[in-house]
Amino acid sequence: MDLHFTSAEPTPQERAAIDGFLSRLPAGGPRRQYLLPALHVVQTSAGWISEGALNHLCRGLGVPPAEAFGVADFYALLSTREQPRAIAHVCDDIGCMPKGAESLCNAMEATLGPAGSTGGGPSAWQRSPCLGMCERAPAALVVVAGENPSEQAIGPATAAVVLGALAGDAPPEPGVAASLPQAGAAGLRLLARAGSIDPTSIGAYESAGGFTALRRALEMGAEAIFSEVTSARLVGRGGAAFPTGVKWAAVRREPAPRYLICNADESEPGTFKDRVLMEGDPFALVESMVIAGFATGCERGYVYIRGEYPLAATRLENAMARCRERGLLGDDIAGSGFSFDVELRRGAGAYICGEETALMNSIEGFRGEPRNKPPFPTQVGLFGRPTVINNVETLVNVPLVLTMGAEAFASIGTERSTGPKLFCVSGQVARPGVYEADFGITLREMIELAGGLAGSGKLQAVLLGGAAGAFVGPDDLDVPLTFEGTRAIGATLGSAVIMPFDDGAYLPAVLRRIAEFFRDESCGQCVPCRVGTVRQEELLQRLASNDVHGSREDEVALLAEIGRVMRDASICGLGHTASSAIESALARLPLPEEPK
Amino acid sequence: MGGGTSSYREMEEADTVVLWGSNARETHPIYFHHVLKAVNRGAKLFVVDPRRTTSADWADTWLGLDVGTDIVLANAVAREILAAGLEDREFIENATSGFEEFHAHVEPYTLEHAAEVCRVAPESIRRLAHEFATARNAQLCWTLGITEHHNSVDNVLSLINLGLLTGHVGRYGSGLNPLRGQNNVQGGGDMGALPDRLVGFQHLENDELRRPFDEAWGITMPARRGWHLSGMFDAMERGELTSLYVIGENPANSESDQHRTRRLLEGLETLVVQDMILTQTAELADVVFPAAAGWVESEGTVTNSERRVQRVRRAVAPPDGVRDDLVILSDLAKRMGCDIGEPVAEAIWNEVRALSPMHRGMSYARLETGQGLQWPCYDEEHPGEQYLHGRLWMRPVLGPLAPFSVCTNRMPVDKLTEEFPIRLTTGRRLDSYNTGVQSGVYPSPLRRGETLDISPDDARAYGLVEGEPVRVTSRRGSVVAPVRIDDGLRAGLVFMTMHFPDDVAVNELTIDAVDPMSGTSEFKATAVRIEKIAVAAEALSPV
Amino acid sequence: MSDNLKAPDPLVPVPQGPVPVLPTGSRKSVEITIDGATVAVPEGATLLEAGRMQGIDTPTLCFLENLTPVNVCRICVVELEGSRTLVPACSRKVEAGMVIHTDSERVRHSRRLVLELLASSVDVSTAPQFQDYMSRYEAEPSRFGPPGPPAAAGERDSARPGHHHAPDGSTASRVAQPVKIDNELYVRDYSKCILCYKCVEACGVDAQNTFAIAVAGRGFGARIATEYDVTLPDSACVYCGNCIGVCPTGALMFKSEHDMRAAGTWDESAQSQTDTICPYCGVGCTLTVHAQHDLIVKVTSPLDQDVANGHLCIKGRFGWEWVNQDKDRD
Ligand SMILES: Cc1cc2nc3c(=O)[nH]c(=O)nc-3n(C[C@H](O)[C@H](O)[C@H](O)COP(=O)(O)O)c2cc1C
Ligand code: SF4
Ligand code: SF4
Ligand code: SF4
Ligand code: FES
Ligand code: FES
Repeated sequence: MDLHFTSAEPTPQERAAIDGFLSRLPAGGPRRQYLLPALHVVQTSAGWISEGALNHLCRGLGVPPAEAFGVADFYALLSTREQPRAIAHVCDDIGCMPKGAESLCNAMEATLGPAGSTGGGPSAWQRSPCLGMCERAPAALVVVAGENPSEQAIGPATAAVVLGALAGDAPPEPGVAASLPQAGAAGLRLLARAGSIDPTSIGAYESAGGFTALRRALEMGAEAIFSEVTSARLVGRGGAAFPTGVKWAAVRREPAPRYLICNADESEPGTFKDRVLMEGDPFALVESMVIAGFATGCERGYVYIRGEYPLAATRLENAMARCRERGLLGDDIAGSGFSFDVELRRGAGAYICGEETALMNSIEGFRGEPRNKPPFPTQVGLFGRPTVINNVETLVNVPLVLTMGAEAFASIGTERSTGPKLFCVSGQVARPGVYEADFGITLREMIELAGGLAGSGKLQAVLLGGAAGAFVGPDDLDVPLTFEGTRAIGATLGSAVIMPFDDGAYLPAVLRRIAEFFRDESCGQCVPCRVGTVRQEELLQRLASNDVHGSREDEVALLAEIGRVMRDASICGLGHTASSAIESALARLPLPEEPK
Repeated sequence: MGGGTSSYREMEEADTVVLWGSNARETHPIYFHHVLKAVNRGAKLFVVDPRRTTSADWADTWLGLDVGTDIVLANAVAREILAAGLEDREFIENATSGFEEFHAHVEPYTLEHAAEVCRVAPESIRRLAHEFATARNAQLCWTLGITEHHNSVDNVLSLINLGLLTGHVGRYGSGLNPLRGQNNVQGGGDMGALPDRLVGFQHLENDELRRPFDEAWGITMPARRGWHLSGMFDAMERGELTSLYVIGENPANSESDQHRTRRLLEGLETLVVQDMILTQTAELADVVFPAAAGWVESEGTVTNSERRVQRVRRAVAPPDGVRDDLVILSDLAKRMGCDIGEPVAEAIWNEVRALSPMHRGMSYARLETGQGLQWPCYDEEHPGEQYLHGRLWMRPVLGPLAPFSVCTNRMPVDKLTEEFPIRLTTGRRLDSYNTGVQSGVYPSPLRRGETLDISPDDARAYGLVEGEPVRVTSRRGSVVAPVRIDDGLRAGLVFMTMHFPDDVAVNELTIDAVDPMSGTSEFKATAVRIEKIAVAAEALSPV
Repeated sequence: MSDNLKAPDPLVPVPQGPVPVLPTGSRKSVEITIDGATVAVPEGATLLEAGRMQGIDTPTLCFLENLTPVNVCRICVVELEGSRTLVPACSRKVEAGMVIHTDSERVRHSRRLVLELLASSVDVSTAPQFQDYMSRYEAEPSRFGPPGPPAAAGERDSARPGHHHAPDGSTASRVAQPVKIDNELYVRDYSKCILCYKCVEACGVDAQNTFAIAVAGRGFGARIATEYDVTLPDSACVYCGNCIGVCPTGALMFKSEHDMRAAGTWDESAQSQTDTICPYCGVGCTLTVHAQHDLIVKVTSPLDQDVANGHLCIKGRFGWEWVNQDKDRD
């Protein structure tokens, strides 16, 4: 290509970081897919992506700088403007709101100035959407760039700990078990190991039953695994509740090369189960991917993990390295002749990259904009090839299906929601965390399992399924937590978020925060969602301040129209669901009309 | 018939594309869009050019040969194709002639030999040969880089050999295509604006072809070809040519060796210039006819590089006192005693159709709607031909066989010596055109004036920095231009345009050696020397 | 000239060969039902094409015949029975048995809302087609409140992805901002940008492959930008103007037009459009010359042409000023 560059040059440090990265890339082949990793390298070494650094990495990768800029400027964790090297991302999302997020923000502001200000000091802070640590609310992520870069997830966060981390102190590490109130309990299947064994030790994993399924899988052969998964009626846990067997079948029909992606982008507010699994039982995911890759005839796997999950990423990298050493990942796995390797790709702060086609664009080095479907990823996916994409939890169910047998697996739960399930319980409960339960447990039982309501003890509403889910009221507590059960009451299980609010919570503010979230996270591609999420937020502001255009009824009707066009005409699930929680709240909950 | 054998659209479906001596990215930008469609589809692109141009930046392989060694490279490609057994035997046996002689001739052109003469990696030559020969569809295109040489016809023939050797001609998707540098160069030739041609590219010296013209016009035409442009200047030198009528050309700027050109123009008894702009040639003229801008103030047709005859139309009125070419010519005819009335463009065109079989089917009505028609188009039912020479794939072949040509390289006339050690080549930039009379007016943000583009190595060797004025001297003249360092140039090669003749008269440097067949000047190969101008330090510092 | 004795005698005309037969893809057809009528349409056609064959005029904003469909504006959505959501006609391919409604209440609602959402945030005053659609779908953009204040120069260019200032809802946020004028050939008024991606496609793989502009930012902050918002002269822009050619709203505009509009002298009713051929290189692109009072005011290129597919280079697009030179009458 005849690329054109401005005269800006990188600093020596930037140049060294980029050249080091480029020298580690495989020779030949298209290089665009390394754009996001390269941007991470620059961000981590310099704390921002300067024009000179961008020029230099674009020369190395053969990417037009305007396009690379468009990619860099898509992600919240990358900065295209100079900023301090140490940044605290402080969650002010709905899960942290009732747990003191606002006072944490106030304290940050008092010390470092307004959010986002780059007042010249060595550190700054930003507000952040849900960091996927709601069970340890309020949460913060501290990222320090430079020669000794670090990333620290902090929860529960206090201003003192966050400021200390910005200055380089290591925050206390609560350990995975803190997120797993059931840790060590008998009868757990998905969580049998997490929180109980050393997640960095392949030996510990193996002694706890690890790799049994893989060995069995290699003996059974691809066809048999596939039919087990199909007869187990395993349904995807990523939110869209799609039958895994059907998806696999579609890819198996297509010609090679095929790819497998594990969707570990988990950014739905209130969701943290995948993180806890990856932190607590990373080998299980690697094993699951090898089995899934084998069953679907994929030649290569990718884990796309959200950028805010440094610990999970480290644990996975370690697990993959140990597996490679043991011949359980890479060429000729366990002497079976089957070769399969997995690459870890990190997101950089974009909820939309959890949408499967946006995720593929992100890996390929493009903006994380969803693609129109059809064609579906099973036919035209990553790099234009047939691709299986599954959620972390979905994949981790696969070894379980093989060890238990399809029949036993399918006998758990209900006819249409089979197997064990992880739930992300946060908000006003006594013991927030990830819980494993059989499908069919009721909402009431689930809240009880988490120690019952906290706060005032009086329930106002429960958000089910995440920001893209729906609010239910105190009357709905007997809903069985299954895909079909939640659907029957007009809600959704989504990513299994259970977030109760007590009567002290001011729901209009929660709704506004949800609207804000969708506005911020919309990729901006399609009109209904790009502008609709803005109009929705504005309208909620007017409702909250009671400064309405026309009557309240007019406004509510207009809100419904906005919701309708987003649902009907948006490209992807983000737009389709951007109004659902809000509309469900307006429809079923008595909301205060007076501003608070 | 002289024209590109393929249509632009076919380019998009090629598997291998060779741009030989063409920087289409800048000189034929929209043609390059078609190339890019192929490249983005996965086609292999080879660019043969002494400079690593913006076109070469898109190539899988750039072959940066030394100026004037094209025939050696082409012969080596042919030899490699033959050595690897990749030639199309069936096509060669049935559709061509002269193969054995050609085969024997190219035998000594080994990869190693060509690599040494052309200074191109043998592997690159090999790759080109193999990808070209094995492609399902291959397109070979060239521009001025091939034709602006003293041996331009041989250059072209050596490329045609490659098409014949591989059967990449006469089929949908494969072809040999000269890209015309200027609007309607194709049309001008087709209309007989060549010393040996009549309308329809019909040969003047063929009695049978000439007869219809004599009959139609009631005259007897001299059966002898005229002079090429450069032949005309030689004739002026000899005193045989004393009057000149120039229509829409600016030889005072555009011809090579300008000192000589101007001297000869000034020495004419009568110089008449008809042009839309008061060019430097017009300034020398005894009579100037201000003419309307053909493309936008007048009606007519032009023909593009894919042989497509297209309508040009009057969109605006010419300025006061400016007349249509047709009106000027018919007026002049009348004064000279030949009243052809006041013909309109369509009537003239119908006369063309009457006399040129290949244009016969192109009525104005057909040209008016749609996108024009490609010749040949023999009658009004004929759709026009998307590609030429399909006859070579008929068995037996219809008409004469296509001959291989035995071509031998001759190095540029302007020899590199110790005194003139640097090769100057010329070309165009994206936003400019020829001598800039039209393109120099609009406020192009890309325009940066004339520069001497030089390799980083030479800049270092001469101690030159970007922007510094430098003297460039050839055996014929000397100019001063600012330096621009271009890492697409190799040491020993410099580049200039001729877009800014008022500022830097590059054609004062170029040589007037011409190809005896086509009359094209060797703009692409001048021997020069470069001298740093000793400037006082304060003169360089900003005021 | 070297030994070339066997060259065909130029005096002998080459005989007329057969008319070459061109490869034509014969397409099967599939049956679908559009607005109650069952029709056969070629396999691989889009719903938009299928509709057009039935004389159905489907509105489009981000679609153009010479660009790859990006299906982002969503104005063209139609109802496909069995589909949970509406589908974009411009990119959805026909499948046998599809039942389509192109003018149902649901379709009209989405189209109306799309128009309202756009018109409440973007200046569509120089987009005549858009105005037509607005009246066709009875769009009332004012439903979202009075227009919000414009952004200062550079403000939208420096927005952080994923962050925005919380609105109070009293006005409707807009993309309004000052016009970017950084060269003499064309201006960029992103107050008028509906983010249809067409300019990016024309500058990118669909035509020019120069990639001077791309979409940056995200959500409502998404915008067309050069890297770091550098000026066009600092960017990779080669001024082919193909972005102007495809821009549906006048956000990208010839400076000549922009200046005349500012001076109040732009008068489309007094303009002619004439197709002719570019006077520069031998490619032979068709230019549609727009002239007002015998002065060229801008140049466009028709879409349905095999030579240029609606695109031009800098010379064809802008190299006409010399024709006006001696004619400046007013
Ligand atoms: C806006 C949006 C965000 C999403 N985020 C995630 C996510 O973070 N993790 C996930 O597994 N699926 C996510 N999904 C769902 C994926 O698109 C996809 O359905 C899922 O990865 C399929 O895996 P499964 O079949 O195993 O559930 C998201 C979907 C949308 C529309
Ligand atoms: S619905 Fe929203 S997030 Fe999805 S493609 Fe459209 S703009 Fe992007
Ligand atoms: S500038 Fe024009 S063409 Fe480009 S995205 Fe905006 S409206 Fe579309
Ligand atoms: S627009 Fe450009 S490419 Fe097309 S004919 Fe004119 S100069 Fe040639
Ligand atoms: S981490 Fe704060 S809401 Fe999830
Ligand atoms: S025209 Fe179909 S989505 Fe824009």
